[in-house]
Amino acid sequence: MTSSQSPRRLVIRNLGVETTRHGVAVTLVDDVSLDVRAGETLALVGASGCGKSLTCAASLDAAPPGVRRTTGSIAIDGVEQAPADIRGRLVATILQNPRSAFNPVRTMRQHAMEGPAARGAPAASREQRVRAAMADAGLEDVDRILDLHPFEMSGGMLQRMMIALALASGAPFLFADEPTTDLDLIVQRDILNLLLRLTRRQGLGVLLVTHDMGVVAALADRVAVMDAGRIIETAPVMDIFNRPTHPVTRNLLDAHLSLYPGRSAA
Amino acid sequence: MSLLAARGASRIYRNGPAGRGGATALDQVSLDIAPGECVALLGRSGCGKSTLARLLAGLERPDAGEVRFAGRSLSTFGRADWRAFRCAVQLVFQDPVSAVNPRETVGQIIAEPLRHLRGLTGVAATGQIQALLRAVDLPADAMGRLPQQLSGGQLQRVCIARALAAQPQLLILDEAVSNLDLHLQIQMLDLFARLKHDRDVSYLFITHDLRLAERFCDRVLVMCDGRLVEETRVGGAFALTSPEGRALQDAILPAMPFRRARAG
Amino acid sequence: MSSLDGELTGDLAGDGLPPPHAHGRASFWREARWPARMAAVVACALALIAILSPWVTPHDPNAVDLAIRLQPADAVYWLGTDHLGRDILSRLMAGAAVSLGSVAVAMALILTAGIIIGGTAGFLGGRVDQAIMRVADVFLTFPTIVMALFMVGALGVGLTNVIIAIAVTHWAWYARMVRGIVLSLRRRDFIAASRLAGASPAQTFVRHLLPATMAQLLVLATLDIGHIMLHVSGLSFLGLGVTAPTAEWGVMIADAREYVWTEPLLMFWPGLALFISVMALNTLGDALRDRLDPSLRAEHGH
Repeated sequence: MTSSQSPRRLVIRNLGVETTRHGVAVTLVDDVSLDVRAGETLALVGASGCGKSLTCAASLDAAPPGVRRTTGSIAIDGVEQAPADIRGRLVATILQNPRSAFNPVRTMRQHAMEGPAARGAPAASREQRVRAAMADAGLEDVDRILDLHPFEMSGGMLQRMMIALALASGAPFLFADEPTTDLDLIVQRDILNLLLRLTRRQGLGVLLVTHDMGVVAALADRVAVMDAGRIIETAPVMDIFNRPTHPVTRNLLDAHLSLYPGRSAA
Repeated sequence: MSLLAARGASRIYRNGPAGRGGATALDQVSLDIAPGECVALLGRSGCGKSTLARLLAGLERPDAGEVRFAGRSLSTFGRADWRAFRCAVQLVFQDPVSAVNPRETVGQIIAEPLRHLRGLTGVAATGQIQALLRAVDLPADAMGRLPQQLSGGQLQRVCIARALAAQPQLLILDEAVSNLDLHLQIQMLDLFARLKHDRDVSYLFITHDLRLAERFCDRVLVMCDGRLVEETRVGGAFALTSPEGRALQDAILPAMPFRRARAG
Repeated sequence: MSSLDGELTGDLAGDGLPPPHAHGRASFWREARWPARMAAVVACALALIAILSPWVTPHDPNAVDLAIRLQPADAVYWLGTDHLGRDILSRLMAGAAVSLGSVAVAMALILTAGIIIGGTAGFLGGRVDQAIMRVADVFLTFPTIVMALFMVGALGVGLTNVIIAIAVTHWAWYARMVRGIVLSLRRRDFIAASRLAGASPAQTFVRHLLPATMAQLLVLATLDIGHIMLHVSGLSFLGLGVTAPTAEWGVMIADAREYVWTEPLLMFWPGLALFISVMALNTLGDALRDRLDPSLRAEHGH
C-alpha cells in the first residue's frame, strides 16, 4: 500500500535523443515531455519506429550503444533526479521480450535476490518481499517457481516474474515497453488485468508503451500519441477515442476500429 | 477435392519444451483445406499450431497418421513430387529475423525459390523479384539491402514475397503478420484477399487474433493442447462455443475504452 | 524483433531505406586501423616473397663458399653470410617459401578434414554425430610435438611427416567448431525456409551453413597459421623436419647456435623473420575477426 509519502508524479521533460548515421546526426526523439501519475496508466502509443521505446529507455539513460540522450530531465514530485539513481529504485522496467531479460543459467531465486541485494536491503526480508510480490503478480506455487530456470517457464510466466521483481523493488513507477506484444490473447488479457489491479490497488504509476490501440482501450487512463519522434497529442483516453484531433491519431483509431465491424464498446 | 489434408496426425517430442520429457505436441489431428478456401487456426501459445503448420508444410514427419497433398500421402513422395509440392505449398514464419540468412541480400533471399522451384535466373529472376517487391509494397532498391538494414515489418514483407515467389496454391501463415503494425497487417491481408480472388490461392491463417480471423477467413478451427476442439464457419453472428473458443473470444481487446474506477 | 530495434534501423523515414552498408575487401582497407593495414601489407609481402623466391633471391641460397663465411652486412650480401658462406638474405627468402608453403599445405589438410567431418557430424546429428565427436576427442588429446616424434620415429625425418603430424593434431578443433556452428543453425527457420524453397540438403549446407562457418574458420586459421609456423620451425630446429641444406628459419636458428656469442646476428635475422611473420598473421587474424563477426561490431557501435 502506498503511503502519503510515496511519490505521486514523475515528469519527463524535453527529452531529446540522437544517433549518428553515416557521419550525420539524426534526431530520433524530439522534445518529448510526459507526465506519469501514481495510480494511473499513461499510454505512449504510435506506429513502429516512432521513437516510443527509445523515449522509455533514454529517459532512464538506458539507451542502446550508439544512441545518446542530448537533452531532457526526469523529475519526481518536482525534484530533478539523476536517471542512474532512480533506475530500479524509483522506476522499474518491464520489457517486450521477458526471456531476454533473464540470465538463462540462473534460477528465479538467484534473479530475485540480485535486485534487493544491489540496493542493500536486509537479507531477512528479501525473500519475503519477493514471495509477496510473486503472489501479487498472480504466480501460484511460488516455491516451485523460485527454483526454475527461464527456459522452463512460458512467456506469460516470465512476464509475471518480471512484474513481480518490479513490485518487489518497491518502485512506485513502472515503465512497461510493449509488455504483451509477444504473448497470446489470453495471457495478454491476464497481464493487462494484473497491471490494472496494480495501478488501482497499489497506486503504481505506469508508463505503457504500445502500438496496439486495443491495449490502450483496455488499460490506459491518459494517452500520448507519438509520431516521428514527437508527441503530437496528449489527452484522457475517452477524448482520444471519441474526439481525436490529429490525423495520425485518427489513422491509428480507424485501423483499430476497422477490426470491429458493427460493434460498439466490446 | 481437398488440396491439403491431415489425417490423424500426431507428433510427440522426446525432449519437450519447459523441461518435460515426451510432450505430445499434436494428438490425432485431422483437417482439410479446399482450393480457394481460407481457414483460420486459433489457439494459445504452445497448443501445437506451429507444429501442425510444419507437418502440413512437409518440414517434419508425423509420428502417427499422415499428411496428404491432392489425395496422396507425403510419405510416398519422390523427388519430382516434392518439387511440385514445394511449388504448391509455402509457409511464412512468425519471426522474420531468424527466417532469413543474415548474410544474404533481399534479392538473393527471394532468388532462391525462383531458382529451385521455377528455374529462373539472371534477368528473368530480377524482373520477378522486382514485381514481388512491388506486390508487398517495398521499394525496388530494397533488393540490395541486408536484413539488418530493414525493420521487422519490412523484413516480414520480404519473407512474404519469398513465399509468393513460388506462386503457391496454398500459403500457410504461421502468425506471419502478428508482429506487424495493425495498418500493415490489414494491408497484407488485403493483398492475400486479392490473390485469393485472382488466383484462387488458399490460406491456412494461424493466429491468436480472432478479429483478423473473422475479417479474412471462411472457416475457423480452434486448437487446445494439441487437439482440434472446434470448427465453425465465419459469417453472421460469429460465436465460438467450446470452452477454449469462448476463452479466446472473451480475451479480445476492447474496441473502445470503458469508464474505469479511479484510484482513491 | 523488439520495437527498439525497429526505431534504430530507421523506420522513422517511413519506408525510406538507409543506404547499404559498405561491403567487401575495399571497405576492409578503408575501415581497418593502421596495425591491421600494416599486418596485411606484411602478410602480402611474405606471400609474394614465398611465391617468387626462386626468382627474386639476390644470390643462390644454397651456394656454399667457405672463403666468404661469416661476413658482416655489406653492399653485395645485404645481411652478410652464414657459417658456410651462404647469403643470409637469400636464405631468409627461400625459408619464407618453405615456412609458408608447409603451413599452407597443413592448413589445407586441416580445413578440408575439419569441414567435411565437422559438417557431417553437425548436419546429421544423432548417433553419427556422437561417434564422430568421440573420435575427434581422441585426436584432441595428442600434443603436436609428441605426434611429430611418433611420426618421425615411425616413418623417418622429413617435412612431409611433420606436416602430417600437424594436420593430425589440429583438424579436430576445426571439426568441433564447424559442428558447433552447424548444430546451432540447423534448427533455425532460415534453414527450413531453404528447404521450402526447394533446395536439397547439400545445397542448403553449402549455401547457408558453410558461409556461416567460413568467417570463424578464417579467423581461427589465420590465428593458427602463426603457431603452426612456429611448430614447423621448432620441429626443424630440433632436427625433425626440414633437413640440411634446405633453407628454413628454424634450421637457420639451429645452425646459428654455435655462433651465438661470436656472431649473434646469425640467429637474430631468422628469429626476427619468424617474429614479424607470426605477429603480422596474428594481427591480421584479429582484424579479420573484428570485421567478420557482426556481433562484435555492434558493440563497437560501427
